[in-house]
Amino acid sequence: MTPRPLTLITDNWYDIRDLSNLSGKIEELIRDANGPHWAVWVVSALLGAIGIVAFIGGVAIINIWIERRVVGRMQSRLGPNRLGPFGLLQPLADAIKLMQKEVLQPKAADGLVFSIAPIAFTVPGIVIMAVLPWGRNMSLARLDVGILFILAMSSLGALAVFTGGYGSNNKYALFGAMRVIAMLVTYEIPSVLALLGLVLFSGTMDLADMVLFQEKFWIPLVLVQPLPFLIYFISSSAELNRTPADLAEAESEIAGGYHVEYSGMKFGLFYAAELINAVAISAIIATVFLGGWWFYKLDELVPGWMIFIGKIYAVYFLFVWTRGTLPRFRIDQLLAFAWKWMTPMAFANIIVVAAEVLIWDETGASAGLVLPLYIAFNMLFAGVLIVAWVRFMGPRFSRFPDRLRYFDRIDVPSLPAMRAPAPAAAAPKSGSGAPARSASEGGGDLRGGRLVGGPRP
Amino acid sequence: MITDTGIVIAFYVIGASTVVSALMVAAVRNLIHAVLFLVITFTGVAGIYIVLSADFVAMAQVLIYAGAISVLLVFAVMLTPTGDRRNAETSFQAPALVLAGLLLAVVVFVIYDTDWRIASRGQFTTTASSLGRAFFSPYVVPFEVASVLLVAAMVGAIILTQDEDEEAGHAA
Repeated sequence: MTPRPLTLITDNWYDIRDLSNLSGKIEELIRDANGPHWAVWVVSALLGAIGIVAFIGGVAIINIWIERRVVGRMQSRLGPNRLGPFGLLQPLADAIKLMQKEVLQPKAADGLVFSIAPIAFTVPGIVIMAVLPWGRNMSLARLDVGILFILAMSSLGALAVFTGGYGSNNKYALFGAMRVIAMLVTYEIPSVLALLGLVLFSGTMDLADMVLFQEKFWIPLVLVQPLPFLIYFISSSAELNRTPADLAEAESEIAGGYHVEYSGMKFGLFYAAELINAVAISAIIATVFLGGWWFYKLDELVPGWMIFIGKIYAVYFLFVWTRGTLPRFRIDQLLAFAWKWMTPMAFANIIVVAAEVLIWDETGASAGLVLPLYIAFNMLFAGVLIVAWVRFMGPRFSRFPDRLRYFDRIDVPSLPAMRAPAPAAAAPKSGSGAPARSASEGGGDLRGGRLVGGPRP
Repeated sequence: MITDTGIVIAFYVIGASTVVSALMVAAVRNLIHAVLFLVITFTGVAGIYIVLSADFVAMAQVLIYAGAISVLLVFAVMLTPTGDRRNAETSFQAPALVLAGLLLAVVVFVIYDTDWRIASRGQFTTTASSLGRAFFSPYVVPFEVASVLLVAAMVGAIILTQDEDEEAGHAA
């Protein structure tokens, strides 16, 4: 594929609009100086690594601010606004605070495992960035199996979470870790199946080639395949522990998940790793579904990596948006959602995509005819499938559900306030009125000190 | 033939770390530590695949062994009642040593007995598509048999873990 003539970007090494000029210039210098033949590779690898690590450092600082301010705006709050203009210095203050904090380690903790966990959790998100195409000639490592590399790296997160939970030697940390692992293992399946559909359609696992495919046919793949986009978005937000699915550390319900024992910069690393992973997943979505550094004619005027970062943050905004607005799932709802809804849908999508690819190959029809048809069909298919699934396979909607509740089976000892007042105590009138009121607010009947059944009309 | 200096260094570093962590799997007394060392071994094997420029196999190794099998092992250890404690002394040490020695002898014999040849064709340009073509034209029957076997195993696992009470509750 020959590059189209670039109108504005020059070949000068100082032109930041195409950073491959700079690395090309450095390689040229080494060649002219008769340096060793491997020096070119070492220098270009180092340059790319420095660039990516710098980007990640910026991301970890700026995204805290974005996250807190945007969610604050969505929830009619101000968010951090004291330090610096618009509170921009707040993340720096947070980072300094975390660094100053003493790093506590439980006495019975498994020392090395406890210390390795935050690092092992951070590395996959950073390594994923290396295979992404940041511009036309800007991949640090262009792999034939780029998508498989991404999936392999993101599957390592489960083990890092487990090492954190196990190394803390705390049962709540271990429970939190097991919840996360159950979620990660479950949601890996639909996300892999969703990406498989795209690999089938574009016929390549190389991320740079996938961008070139979208450039060639002048279409971002999210239009052709809306259902995998939804599936991948939902399952990756579950893998990232973000709010519709942040059961690991559900602040308002449980102690703090797998990193309950971590403090100081070790906790900071977990916190930063979640943001880094979120950006990495946004970057994958931007590459695979939205066309990476390509955007119609814009990539002739604006450098590709700027378009790419813009797309990353567009997807990241979607993640923040769902975090700011959606309520949290229960663990059984979340797992059932993956197994009963998303996995079958992803399978149905793969069958449809395979048929479409086969039809396209066999008839040899032109892309201009085939792609609009596929877009229309796939959008219709996604809509019909989702609506039909909710209608016929989903639970019936009921404002006052009266099915069996689990707490009805568990023999919970009644709270002191719920017990009938002992006659000898001669409780005052107001004291005995309190439990009855709280029970009616809770919506259940008070039978033998246990709440039975849900609210009824 | 591997001749480039960098590749040779990489091979020895990866090979040494793989062998050391594999030894540690047998040596450490804590089962969870053994699992973690096993993960390092799996990753090291993936590194050796990369040195041999088999990138698809390497990624599949990381995805399946380091990502999935290790989680399976973790669950197995967590569900074993005495799994977390130190391994007790066992009377199987001597037989296991003999068995391992025999296995090593067989492997060494096979290595020295095999007529290793250098392939005349160059390296594959893309291993993934070559593997795909091989799976779907000459080896399609073993491939399909493997998938049927996996489905049978999955159905068997579901039947084994099915709870009768739960099923009765759903039917009611």
